[in-house]
Amino acid sequence: MCGIAGFLGPPDAPAAMQATLERMIHTLHHRGPDGYGFHVDGGAGLAHARLAVIDLPTGAQPIANERGNVWTVFNGEIFNYRGLRAQLQRRGHRFATQSDTEVIVHLYEEHGDRFVEHLNGQFAIALWDGERQRLLLARDRCGVRPLYHVRAGGRLWFASEIKALLAVRPELARLDPHSLAQAFTFWGPIEPGSVFAGIASLPPGHLLAIERDGRETLHRYWDWSFPAPGTPRRWATPEQAAGELRELLTDAVRLRLQADVPLGAYLSGGLDSSAVVALMRAAGATATRTFSIAFDEAEFDESAQQQAMVRHLGCEHTTLRCTRRDIGAAFPRFVRHAEAPVLRTAGVPLMLLAQQVRASGYTVVLTGEGADEVFGGYDLFKEAKVRRFWARQPGSRFRPLLLGRLYGYLENSPVQHAALAQSFFGRGMEHLDRPIFAHVPRWTSSRHALRFLAPELRAGLDDWDPLAWYEQRLPPAIAHWSPLARDQYVEAKTLLAAYLLPSQGDRPAMAHSIEGRFPFLDHRVIEFANALPAHWKIRGMTEKDVLRRALAGLLPEDIRTRTKQPYRAPDQSSFFVDGEPLDYVAELLGAERIRAAGWFDAAAVGRLFDKCRHGRAIGFADNQAFVGILSTMLVDEFFLRRAAA
Amino acid sequence: MTLPEHTMSTETASVEARVRHYILQNLLFSDDGSELPNDASLLDRGIIDSTGVLEVVMFLEEEFGIRVKASEMLPENFDSVNNIVRFVERQRSPA
Repeated sequence: MCGIAGFLGPPDAPAAMQATLERMIHTLHHRGPDGYGFHVDGGAGLAHARLAVIDLPTGAQPIANERGNVWTVFNGEIFNYRGLRAQLQRRGHRFATQSDTEVIVHLYEEHGDRFVEHLNGQFAIALWDGERQRLLLARDRCGVRPLYHVRAGGRLWFASEIKALLAVRPELARLDPHSLAQAFTFWGPIEPGSVFAGIASLPPGHLLAIERDGRETLHRYWDWSFPAPGTPRRWATPEQAAGELRELLTDAVRLRLQADVPLGAYLSGGLDSSAVVALMRAAGATATRTFSIAFDEAEFDESAQQQAMVRHLGCEHTTLRCTRRDIGAAFPRFVRHAEAPVLRTAGVPLMLLAQQVRASGYTVVLTGEGADEVFGGYDLFKEAKVRRFWARQPGSRFRPLLLGRLYGYLENSPVQHAALAQSFFGRGMEHLDRPIFAHVPRWTSSRHALRFLAPELRAGLDDWDPLAWYEQRLPPAIAHWSPLARDQYVEAKTLLAAYLLPSQGDRPAMAHSIEGRFPFLDHRVIEFANALPAHWKIRGMTEKDVLRRALAGLLPEDIRTRTKQPYRAPDQSSFFVDGEPLDYVAELLGAERIRAAGWFDAAAVGRLFDKCRHGRAIGFADNQAFVGILSTMLVDEFFLRRAAA
Repeated sequence: MTLPEHTMSTETASVEARVRHYILQNLLFSDDGSELPNDASLLDRGIIDSTGVLEVVMFLEEEFGIRVKASEMLPENFDSVNNIVRFVERQRSPA
């Protein structure tokens, strides 16, 4: 795992180009503390900050092909590199190292721009073809690793994190109000946008080619795709599919055990991470080192399940107890890494856990990330299923009672009063046939945060219909997919790509040079799951049914059959102690500072602040608005105000 | 000097004013009363979600000393300022 940065533009003195690269890459030291590498050629510059994981002696980057005319820097892992290497060697390619990086340049020689289709991994790649004077930027299929780019001052710039771009182009430190509105609605800016005006995020599954004459071609090489109606089923029974899935998951985990450094796993106590740890054992890992987070608040804590799994597998285990005070204190540092507004604090304990993992001498962790998107684990999917079932007989008094089976893990559950829940979830039924149907309640609740924008920004958004805006970005084929497939696609492109993978995945882990690996996001697993009938994923009201079947005999039954409890952390309450705000919170949310920044309505923020301070903000909407406003003000503080100073 | 028509309407006005003030300050975070027509559906307008209703109930119990039973947790009791005021009046009037 690493950080990359670079540029393409008119040639300059090599020393000046090197100095520019150094300024960029030094901001990414946390991603790669084990050494820097550079390559300059003509107008192209590549820089790399290395976190050594595979081939410690000779795996330094940039790496070139035999002739030295194709160069690459990359952040991530190519999990199938051994197989690719053997194939390439049979075709006459000579390898100078044992690293996974080197397959990239040889694959490019062999397949051109389609090299990326052969990779099974999590990666952000920059490849320079010196002969044809062209630069390629590529990102993995789900967007596990970040990659930003922008044109400024006559050059195209790219980097793993935005701070590397701002180090050399400080004039780019401007927030885009429209992206802010996206973050406050969909939980993150929707790609190709970032919250910084003009700075683009290369979307997952895409390759960008910049040619000698400056021409750019953006190509999507992979996307989540689901069968059209009438497509023949590959399996006769769910049991048969579950058997194949077990083999596939074991292989996905086995590939992710390759490392020349110590490797552990996160254990939340839920089905997904427990499955990963059990599969690590099944795939041959001898001793499994596990890490987990515990909370004082019963609503968030899963210690009992974690301990059950530790006993079952006999893992050497470390629990990090995370208090509200820990979250409040670490939140600014987290936002500096996330470089974006967030609506939840859940990334903060993950950053603190990464710190613990690093201190324990580990560099790589496997986690259960992605299983809920791939196998239909979220309550949002079941909620949509009930709402669709209800819509078929709108007059039924009994169908909506199924809503009572949802959100059991919440202290203030939105379904604890049946009539109110029906009234709330019964809204938006007019969107029944739209692909965003499942997401209307969540986005409606999140958008509450837009109320707090400064009046002139709100006025600019008066005509913005987020449902229609987002729908325009969806592929036409979605209209033919099953309702669950539609919901999964939207979830993969919004919650997963825009929030979970950056703000609960890459950034909190990389803050402490920890590489997360996600077997459920192996594209073979996704393609397998996408081909399954929807009712094998959610059977009745049982989520991830086929996954549970695949894990039979591998996990304790109470874990295998446990209802999903999403990972969450205390939100606004983390920022107050006995009704008093933390110092930085008081300063950033004070009327003067809010007015000076210009993003929010100071009076409205003041009222929300008072409500939170007095412990009266109990719902998602207020909590999310508070965390969203505070994180935006921290982005303003770190990236805009200090840049201007 | 204009006297109130009768005591009941004064009390109703007072309940209404207090409910409106609470919703404006704590759910709409605004001073602008025009954002809150008394007959507007709070759920339809996204002013409250189902948890927001619990906040309103907490406020009513504290402010007016009433107790809201689980069987009374119905949208028709809390979905507009007018409905909330009527609900409070019913609770406060002798059975």
